[in-house]
Amino acid sequence: MSGASLAIPDRLRLLRGANNEGVLAVVLLALIVAMSIANPAFFTLPTAFSILRSSIVPLIFALGVLMVIISGGIDVSFAAIAVFAAYTTVRALQSGTPDLGLIGAFALALLIGASLGVINGFLIAKFRLPTLIVTLGTQGIFKGALLTYVGSRYIADLPTSMAHVSTTNLFEVSTPTGSAYLHVLVVPAVLLAMGLAWVLRSTMFGRSIYAIGGDVEAARRAGIRVMRTQVAVYVIAGTMAAAGGMIYVIMGRSASPQILVGSELDIIAAVVLGGASIFGGRGSVLGTALGVILVQVIYNSLILAGVPSAWQRTAVGVLLIIGVGIQAVASRRSSRASVIDETHQKQEVPA
Amino acid sequence: MTSTALKGPSSPVLEVRNIVKTFGGVTALNDVSLDLLPGEVLCLAGENGCGKSTLIKIISGAEKPDSGEIIVDGNTYSSMDPTDAIKSGIQVIYQDFSLFPNLTVAENIILTSAVADRRRLYSGRAARPAAQAIVDELGLHLDLDADVERLSVADKQLTAICRALVSDARVLIMDEPTTALTHTEVDRLFVIVERLRSRGVGLIFVSHKLDEVLKISQRVAILRSGKNVVTSPASMLDPRAIALHMTGQELDETRHVSELDAQSEIVLELEGLGLRGAYEDVSFTLRRGEILGVTGLLGSGRTEIAEALFGVVPHDSGVVKVNGTPVRLHSINDAIDAGIGYVPEDRLTQGLFMDKSIADNIIAGSPNEHTTRFGTLDLRAVRETIQGLFARLRVKAPNVQAPVRSLSGGNAQRVVLAKWLARRPRILMLNGPTVGVDIGSKAEILGILRAEAAAGMGVIVISDDAPELVACCHRVLVVRHGRVVEILEGDDVAVDTIREKVAA
Ligand SMILES: Nc1ncnc2c1ncn2[C@@H]1O[C@H](COP(=O)(O)OP(=O)(O)O)[C@@H](O)[C@H]1O
Ligand SMILES: [Mg+2]
Repeated sequence: MSGASLAIPDRLRLLRGANNEGVLAVVLLALIVAMSIANPAFFTLPTAFSILRSSIVPLIFALGVLMVIISGGIDVSFAAIAVFAAYTTVRALQSGTPDLGLIGAFALALLIGASLGVINGFLIAKFRLPTLIVTLGTQGIFKGALLTYVGSRYIADLPTSMAHVSTTNLFEVSTPTGSAYLHVLVVPAVLLAMGLAWVLRSTMFGRSIYAIGGDVEAARRAGIRVMRTQVAVYVIAGTMAAAGGMIYVIMGRSASPQILVGSELDIIAAVVLGGASIFGGRGSVLGTALGVILVQVIYNSLILAGVPSAWQRTAVGVLLIIGVGIQAVASRRSSRASVIDETHQKQEVPA
Repeated sequence: MTSTALKGPSSPVLEVRNIVKTFGGVTALNDVSLDLLPGEVLCLAGENGCGKSTLIKIISGAEKPDSGEIIVDGNTYSSMDPTDAIKSGIQVIYQDFSLFPNLTVAENIILTSAVADRRRLYSGRAARPAAQAIVDELGLHLDLDADVERLSVADKQLTAICRALVSDARVLIMDEPTTALTHTEVDRLFVIVERLRSRGVGLIFVSHKLDEVLKISQRVAILRSGKNVVTSPASMLDPRAIALHMTGQELDETRHVSELDAQSEIVLELEGLGLRGAYEDVSFTLRRGEILGVTGLLGSGRTEIAEALFGVVPHDSGVVKVNGTPVRLHSINDAIDAGIGYVPEDRLTQGLFMDKSIADNIIAGSPNEHTTRFGTLDLRAVRETIQGLFARLRVKAPNVQAPVRSLSGGNAQRVVLAKWLARRPRILMLNGPTVGVDIGSKAEILGILRAEAAAGMGVIVISDDAPELVACCHRVLVVRHGRVVEILEGDDVAVDTIREKVAA
C-alpha cells in the first residue's frame, strides 16, 4: 500500500477521534440544526446558556464516572455520595457550626465524598469484588446511613455564603429574545474537565487507569500499583460526586436527601454515548462532555416538543442502549475488518 | 565483550535457589535452582505444565514463591516485586504477551519502563521517537499508532519484544517467543539475541522447537513435573536426549494412519471455491474418517480457506457440499449448523474464555446438544460430557473447575478440542493444533485426532509442521498463492516432499 492511499483513511481516523468523538459532534450538530429548523425558539443564546447551565452538575458526575469506567469498573453510587456529602455539609453548617464560608463548606463536602470513595475503592481493590455489586451495595448503605444518622428534613434556606453563589452569573448578554445569563459555576465544571483531561492524557496515573482497564493482570506485571491506583480512582470519583452534589444544592437553593434520585441513568448514558467503553480501557473527557451536552439537548428538545416528562427517561434509556449497541457493532465490525486487513497484508509476504 | 563470557566461571547475573511453588494442591515447582551467566542463552525446556512459565513469573515478581530465594547482583530476595525486577534489569516477554490491547503500540513499548522509572508525567509525543528507535533498531515494521488489539499475533509478539528491549535489560526472559513467528521473523529474532548476548545480556529462552533450542542456546535446563532434572551444555544434547529427559520416555513420531475404505462416504466437497484477493478455484474432498492436511506458507491462503468453511469470511464463488448437499456458509452459525467445527490459530484469544472454568469452556459451545425433552439444560448429560472429555483428553489440572487461564498451552489446547468435541461435529478443522505444545502433548493430541477420525469424523489439519502432517494425515494439500497446487497421497506424504512443494 502506498503512502498516498493511506493518507485519506488516516485523516478520517483522526477526524473521527479515538473514541468516535467526531461522530458524536456531528450527531450533536445535526440535532441542534434540526431542532433549530423545527423550532426557532431553540436556536437562541438563552437556550444555549440554559443547556450549559443544566450540564454543569451532570458533567462533574460524568467525569468521575468516566474515570471509573476507563479503569474497567462502573460506579452507581456517585449520586448517593453526592447527596450524602452535600446534605451532611448543609446540615452541619445549619446546626450551629460557625459558617465556614464557601471554601470551608466545599472542603468539608469533598472530604466526606473522598471518605466514601475510600470505602468503595477499598472493597473493590482489596477484595477484587465486581464493581457494580459493590457500588450498588454502598449506594444503599450511604442512603440508609444518611436518612438514619443525618436526617431527612427538607432544608429550604442555605447558609448565606452558599446562597450567594446561586445567583452569581459569569456574564450577561442582552439579546432580542431577552437576557441570557451564563452561570458562574460553569467555571469549576470546565476547570475540572480540563484538569481531568490533562491527568488522563499526561500523567502516569492517568495512563495507569487506561492500562488497568485494558488488562489488569498485564498492569500488575508491568509494575503498576493496581490497588493504589484503583483506590485513588474511587476516591477521586467520590470527591467529584461530592463537588457535583454541592453545586446541585447551591443551584437548587435547597437540600434534601431525596435529590438526584435516578440521575445515575442519565450520567452513565452520557458517558457511554461519549465513547467510553463499558468494557474498560477507553474513553475521553471530550467525548464525555459531548455526551453530557447531547443528553441535555435531547431533554431540552423533548420539552420543547411537548413530550411528557415521563417519556424523557425512556428516551435516555433508549439512547443508552443505542450507545452500547453502536459500540458492540463497531467492535465486531472492526475485528472483522482486521481479519480482512490481515488477508491483504499476508498477501504481501513474499512466498 | 565476549571477554566477560570467557572470564572463566564469571559471576552469574541471576541465581534462583530452591524455589518451591504450589497452587492449591498442585506443586508447580519443587526445589528448582538455576543460574544464568552474563552473555549466555539458557534454554528452559520441558513439557507443557512442567512449571516453566511459573518459574519465569517468580523471577519477574508476577508470582510469589512459597520458599526459596532469587539473587540478582548479590542482592537476595525472598520474593520479587515487578518493579524491583524491572529495575534490576530483568525483562520478560510473557507467553500471553501481557500487552495492553487498548493502547497504541508506541505506548505499550514505553509504558513499562516509565512505570519502573517511577515517572509521574507521561508524554505521548515523547514516547513515540523512543519507540520508533527500538523498532528501527530491530528492523521491524510496526504501525506505532495502531491499537495493539488490532495487530496480528506476530505483531503483538514483536511489540512485546520491543517493550522488553527498550530499557537496558541485563536479563531477558522469553516465554515461547517463536511460536507465532514465521521463519524470517525467527531468524531476525535470533540475530537480535546474538547481539544482546555480545553485550553481556543473559537470556532465558523457552521453546518447544528443539532444533531451535539447540541452535540458539549454550546451556539447556530441563524441567519435568516441577523438578529440574538436568542442566547441561547444549553441545552435549540432541533433540532425542532432550525429549527423553522431558518426558522420561521414548516417543514415537512415526506415521500412523488408518486404512481408509475407498467406499467411505464423502462428508465435505469443495468445488471451485474462491474469494477475490485471497484464493481461487479451490476444490477437494474429505471422506468420513479421513485426516486431511492443509499446508502452505503463511499468507498462501490456507487460513482464509478454513475461515471460509467456517463462515468467518465467506467465499464469493464456488460451492461447498456437506454430505452431498450444497450448503450456504455465510456466517459461523451456518457452518455450525452444517456440522463444521474450527479450532483457530490464536487459541488464547479466539477459542477460550480464559477466566472461566474448564467445565464452562467445554460446554460453552454446545448447550443445544445437551437439552432435555423440555428444552432445559440436561445437567446430567452436561456433567457426563465434561467429565468424559476431561478424562479422555487427559487435561492436566486439579479439577474441571480450574480456570483456563491457569492452564499451560498444551492443556488449554485440549480444552479447545474438548469444546468442539462436545458438539460432535461431522467435520473438524484445526489450525496449528500443536503450535506451542510440547512433544508429549503433541503426540497425545495427534492420537486424539486419529481416534476421532476413526470414530467417523472428517478432520482437516492446517499446519506448518511437516513431521506432524506426515504423522497423522492420509493426504496433504499444498496451497500456494491462493491455489491448491498439489494433493499428496500415500508415499508422497513425506517430510521432504512436503517441504519441497511448499517452498517451490
Ligand atoms: N494461577 C494458577 N493457578 C493454579 N494452577 C496454576 C496456575 N498457574 C500455573 N498453574 C499450574 O502449574 C503448573 C505449571 O504451569 P506452567 O508454569 O504454566 O507450565 P509451563 O509453562 O511449563 O507449560 C501447571 O500444572 C498449571 O496448571
Ligand atoms: Mg508456559
